[in-house]
Amino acid sequence: MTWWHRLLRRRRLESQLDKELRFHLDLFTNDLISRGVEPGEACRQARIALGGPEQVKEDCRDARGTRWLEDLWQDLRYAVRSLIRERGFAVVAILVLAIGIGATTAIFSAVNPILFEPLPYPQSRRIATVRNGGAVDANFHVAFGTFHEIADRSRSFDSAAAFKTWQPTTTVPASPERLEGQRVSAGYFRVLGVAPALGRNLDPSDDRPHGPPVVILSDGLWRRRFQADPAILGRQINLDDVLYTVVAVMPRTFENVLAPKAEIWTALQYDALHFSNFDTREWGNHLRMIARLRAGIGVGEAQRELTAIANTRLNEYPRAPWNSLRAGLLVSSLRDELTSRVRPALLAIIGAVLLVLLIACVNVMNLLLARGAQRTGEFAMRAALGASRPRMTRQMLTETILLAVFGGSLGLLLAGFGVRAVVALSPPELPRIGAIEISSAVFLFALGVTTLAGLAVGLVPALQASRNDLQTSLQQNSRRSTGGRRKTRSALVVAEVAVALVLLVSSGLLLRSLARIFAVAPGFNASHLLTMQVQTTGRRLRTDAAKYRFYSDSLDAVRRIPGVTAAAFTSQLPLSGETLGIYGVSFGPDAIGGVNDKEPAFRYAVSPGYIECMGIPLRAGRLLDDHDRPGSPAVVLINESFAKRKFQGGDAIGKRIRVGDVWATVAGVVADVKQTSLTVAVEDAFYMSFLQGWFADDVMTFVVRTQGDASAMVDAVRHAVWSVEKDQVVTEAATMDDLVAKSAAQRRFALTLFEAFGLVALVLAAAGIYGVLSGNVAERTREIGVRSALGASRGEILGLVIRQAMKLTVLGVLIGLGGAVVATRALMTLLFGVSRLDPLTYLGVVALLMAVSAAACWLPAWRAARVDPAITLRME
Amino acid sequence: MGTKSDLPQGTLDLLILKVVALGPHHGYAIAQRLQQVSNDVVQVPQGSLYPALHRLENRGFLAADWKETETGREAKYYSLTTKGKAQLEAEAASWQRLTEAVGLILSLSNQGVK
Repeated sequence: MTWWHRLLRRRRLESQLDKELRFHLDLFTNDLISRGVEPGEACRQARIALGGPEQVKEDCRDARGTRWLEDLWQDLRYAVRSLIRERGFAVVAILVLAIGIGATTAIFSAVNPILFEPLPYPQSRRIATVRNGGAVDANFHVAFGTFHEIADRSRSFDSAAAFKTWQPTTTVPASPERLEGQRVSAGYFRVLGVAPALGRNLDPSDDRPHGPPVVILSDGLWRRRFQADPAILGRQINLDDVLYTVVAVMPRTFENVLAPKAEIWTALQYDALHFSNFDTREWGNHLRMIARLRAGIGVGEAQRELTAIANTRLNEYPRAPWNSLRAGLLVSSLRDELTSRVRPALLAIIGAVLLVLLIACVNVMNLLLARGAQRTGEFAMRAALGASRPRMTRQMLTETILLAVFGGSLGLLLAGFGVRAVVALSPPELPRIGAIEISSAVFLFALGVTTLAGLAVGLVPALQASRNDLQTSLQQNSRRSTGGRRKTRSALVVAEVAVALVLLVSSGLLLRSLARIFAVAPGFNASHLLTMQVQTTGRRLRTDAAKYRFYSDSLDAVRRIPGVTAAAFTSQLPLSGETLGIYGVSFGPDAIGGVNDKEPAFRYAVSPGYIECMGIPLRAGRLLDDHDRPGSPAVVLINESFAKRKFQGGDAIGKRIRVGDVWATVAGVVADVKQTSLTVAVEDAFYMSFLQGWFADDVMTFVVRTQGDASAMVDAVRHAVWSVEKDQVVTEAATMDDLVAKSAAQRRFALTLFEAFGLVALVLAAAGIYGVLSGNVAERTREIGVRSALGASRGEILGLVIRQAMKLTVLGVLIGLGGAVVATRALMTLLFGVSRLDPLTYLGVVALLMAVSAAACWLPAWRAARVDPAITLRME
Repeated sequence: MGTKSDLPQGTLDLLILKVVALGPHHGYAIAQRLQQVSNDVVQVPQGSLYPALHRLENRGFLAADWKETETGREAKYYSLTTKGKAQLEAEAASWQRLTEAVGLILSLSNQGVK
């Protein structure tokens, strides 16, 4: 018989053991009787000779060698039974644990690939990004000329690459599809360290002006549009009316953190030879640069080398005036660069969720302590019946670990939902969202947390239960429990209140920040405004003239839609998250500052009527109109702060500035508009008619002011554009309200999680206060009875309980205030327009906690006030 | 009944194996046999007999079988397994060596005293 056989047949073994011993006793008794002993006496002697039957049985069970398992089994069954008996306690404890564990697991699952895992590339620590120091935009853009100079001169890198986004349109079958892709220099995949699964990598012969049009497909695109055709290599596909040859397919596992949605790549094909003409795309700061550090070279060493390069100009490497590298170059690891913008929010959220876990554990400890108090009598009885102290401790541990296991399992389930919720809520800046999953590492983490929580909450009551003096416990009614335990529980409640306060203050500060952000005027009227991108592709729209005509005709068609009150288009849209055009502006001698310098400013090439349609106030001069066209004098509008900064007294009207390669007269000054985000200070901008914009943009964003619901007009606008020219891509449809909301998405994300955690903390703290007070009232029923017998009024008794609750709350609040002052330091970067010590938030949270605590103690206090002295005293 | 001696530590197992080697017995019979054979000198603590039997069964030295006795009752009969036989021989030999050695030492000290 193997041990598990024996375990399974335990019942049979027990009955056999019983039978065997009875047989022995019977034979012995019969023998004694046959020797002349009187039957009753014979029975007694036989029993004495054998010894206590239970003792013998226990020894026999020990001899079976499966004792520990049997005990465990017994413990488990007993634990399940006692948990079922106290369903309320078990359900609450399991739920509390599940919330703590589930929230922690979900959050750690979500941040794991972002903060803790290395990027999915070989030796990913060696991948670095390079950008201009002190650049205006946060997307670390550089010019091709700069990239070329660094790649040529630097000795810190194995390989370097520059890239930009590329959104080609396939005009294959029915409806045109815009693909997300990248134009990359030849070294791109080498820097990442990933080789194609099929075909060849890009090489320098692909990456030259007028080089062969070749593309590399992602595994996903290859499967989706080409049915995983193994003969795809060499096939030609039509993109924007150009035939591209497929040269490779990337592996399925390839994760492109720099452009997660990209699924097609082609060579950048910039000109590395003719740099002396600064008016070419090679000198526009619109590329991103990555490089692979040489083995053994750190980011710091590379930074020192690039600083030296930036400071020493060489004749063979000309630099455009706006790319003088005077502000130096910045090298950072790709991982830092990717996570730097979300790191503060994520770390704050991790801190918050750990507080939730802490408060959950404290709460369960409290529950177990309360339960331990109720069971003092039971444990004393069991000890008196011979249960050893280790055995009882083990029993308690089994119970609490069982709770933790149930809580952990449910928590894992919750984590599944939680992760999905986090992904759904996540702000667009969150990198590697596709890699988020409940990984085995996180599962182990959850399991570890579960077990530790189980032990942490199990040990204290188990030790307390077995430390009790047997006699006093048996004699005393458990109602009058020791003061020590009450103090522990009170301390736990104080801790809960303190932690809840920290979480609530953080949530409050974030809430106020978000309110402040949305109170920021974007500079235009965002309501009832529909926006969407219209692209020009195909041979028929290749020339500038054709594009101009297409945009104008489309705009006329859109304006004819019933319900549209105004419509216009612009080359870039405020708050869209995309910065498509920053150009150098230079000034005549009448401006403040140097004549030769170019200053970066946002270029808006717009249809006349854009300013009116957006509702941007005119500060001086005039707006653009239909007379501003090719052939007539070039005019621009500039924004207010730009005008103030560059021209005395803001009197800019009539001054001339040079944008691109045209000199234009400032015809008007308009109010400032938030371009990048509501929280970024206003940047300089100029507006000019799209017809005078010195080139025709491939993409225009239409803005449509509607009478009714803006989002309902999407299809109408799309069809209006298609009525002018079929097969043009119309994408990124969004209402301006959506875009405004999106620009605060990261803070909203953090706020949503903090609110959820704060709410959980508040409920748990209230439950803790309630639990401790009702326990206290139950324990002190006799004392209260005596007090009222001696003449204490109901009000006095009410006050007694409420005073106790307030004492705990105030203590918790004081400790929590200290904690919040320290903890909110971690929130600094997320706050906007609110001090982390904002008194209003603190006061509000304290008032809220006081109110909740008062509500939580109301029921116990009321119960105490209704104690009938006659009944309580009779119970003694 | 003369004076009774307690069993030296560890010898109960050896005695049980020896008794069972003579043929299958139930627990009570084993106790009886031990007492009779030793002329009531050895006091078998009945309380430790059954745990010992279960231990030996657990280690595979004894096999147990439920059979009817002459009186028609079901009883658990223990018999020696091959493994038990080997164990009996090994333990008996070691007991022999031990007692011889102890005897030798005792006779030596006798001479020394004289």
